[in-house]
Amino acid sequence: MTAVPPPPAPAIAIRQLFFTYADGTEALRDISVDIAPRQLFVLFGPARAGKTTLLRLLNRLSDLIGGTRQQGHVRFNGADIFERGVDVTDLRRRIGMVFAMPTPLPGSIRSNLTFGLRMAGMRDAAALEARVEQSLRQAALWDEVKDRLESSAFALSGGQQQRLCLARSLALEPEVIILDNPTSGLDPLSTAAVEESLDALKQRYTIIMVPHSVQQAARVADSAAFLLDGELVEAGPARELFVNPRHKRTEDYISGRFG
Amino acid sequence: MTATPAESAVPPEPTAPPRAARSSRLLAERVIEAAIALAGVSTVVIVALIFLFLLRESTAAFLDVPLRQLMGTRWYPIEGLFGFLPLIAGSLVVTIGAVVIAVPLGLITAIYLGEIAPPSQREVLKPIIEVLAGIPSIVLGFVGWVALAPLVQQLGATTGLTALTGSLILAYMALPTIISISEDALYAVPKAYRDGALAIGATQWQTIWRVVLPAARSGIVIAVMLGIGRAIGETMAVMMVTGNAANIPALGPGLFLQPVRTMTATIAAEMGEVQRGSLHYSTLFAIGVVLFVITFGINYVAGRLIGASGGPRRRGQL
Repeated sequence: MTAVPPPPAPAIAIRQLFFTYADGTEALRDISVDIAPRQLFVLFGPARAGKTTLLRLLNRLSDLIGGTRQQGHVRFNGADIFERGVDVTDLRRRIGMVFAMPTPLPGSIRSNLTFGLRMAGMRDAAALEARVEQSLRQAALWDEVKDRLESSAFALSGGQQQRLCLARSLALEPEVIILDNPTSGLDPLSTAAVEESLDALKQRYTIIMVPHSVQQAARVADSAAFLLDGELVEAGPARELFVNPRHKRTEDYISGRFG
Repeated sequence: MTATPAESAVPPEPTAPPRAARSSRLLAERVIEAAIALAGVSTVVIVALIFLFLLRESTAAFLDVPLRQLMGTRWYPIEGLFGFLPLIAGSLVVTIGAVVIAVPLGLITAIYLGEIAPPSQREVLKPIIEVLAGIPSIVLGFVGWVALAPLVQQLGATTGLTALTGSLILAYMALPTIISISEDALYAVPKAYRDGALAIGATQWQTIWRVVLPAARSGIVIAVMLGIGRAIGETMAVMMVTGNAANIPALGPGLFLQPVRTMTATIAAEMGEVQRGSLHYSTLFAIGVVLFVITFGINYVAGRLIGASGGPRRRGQL
């Protein structure tokens, strides 16, 4: 009798989450799903399914929009992130985010990387320098920019900017990285480079990603969830979900019948 | 050798428009282009003409009054003493006071409106602030004279009509310009900058101070310069509340509590009384030339500051 090891406690547990925008759009309805640690979790579905809304709730960037209503819980390592008294900036350091369009800040490559650290109170120049190199290596950008860390971040190509944004999140040594369609503006080669670095990164980080396509989702995901019109249709290990979807709508979407 | 009726009756090619119509459209195009070019050039020409006119009217002053006297410290036109320094000093003191009050206040208001206030408040506040810009300066001068001057006198001035009173009124007049244009500049900063900074754990204030403000810098510099321009050129309100004494204010803690007289107020007050073509008349135009040059100087500095914001100075800002 071999004992089945219990599944690891989820890094993020979403329970009965509802979210409505000020104009009355119900972006999310009754979402419940577990995201396991140190895995690549993919959140896919057609446009306006609520993917970005859900991602922005996870690090509370949704706080910035006025007039919204929400209900339900998101537990990060067991603690509810919506509770009063949660330190939002600390939460965002622990749950990093990379957006669909690269968002370099006006300034040099180096200052983009050290900005978050300095805002967090890190002053030691040597330590900052170490983080710069480490995060650039993790994002597979070091070799391309190591000789021009002082030049403007805007001088980088789109793919490099996107990897810079990834490195910027990694520099904070987060626990979770959220990627909202990180390869949308990238050519196939840069896309491959990013996907490859994701594979290495998920050894250390929990990654939540909205993919560019179903194909990309199937390529990179360990587990996945299919969202449609603000509802979670199904979630599970990628091997099952992409091969033997339980729901007709998932199957139709995966096989390209709509979307 | 005349064309036969049959030839001239050949219908034109259906695809190409008739030649006449095409050339008239081309002509219309040229006329519009020329009109736009004319409008653009005319602004420059008018500025140049104004400057030439000022120069012509002030030639006598620059030729007949020795430069040493023009740089003198006494303005007694009746006695033939035309020293500009008291007037320039008066304008400077009042304007600097106004800038010191209006710029921080205006920027803080713009940041509140653009970055912190909920949309509902912003929609109410912004139009009200823009209405402030439309209050006639004479009304503000009156308010300053009736309401502000007694308060300033309580600060220990011998009279309520002082440089400080003028600065306060001017600051109030420059505020709507500074607020409105800085707020537009903040609004033009891409949302991605804020998202990017917040997502790596910057607080809202860190995001505003370290990312949004530097990105909006050129617009903010324009706002401040336009505010200063408004302050230095203002006449009526200042004339009513600064006491109009053409002295060089004594330096010291009481600098702002002395009556002063600005360049603009001098021109406005004396232009009606001088004989056209007299030396005094010409000197007033010379004051106008000085004002013009100062305004140009401010615009030039503003241009340089904006130009620099894209350059190396930007590097250390993040």
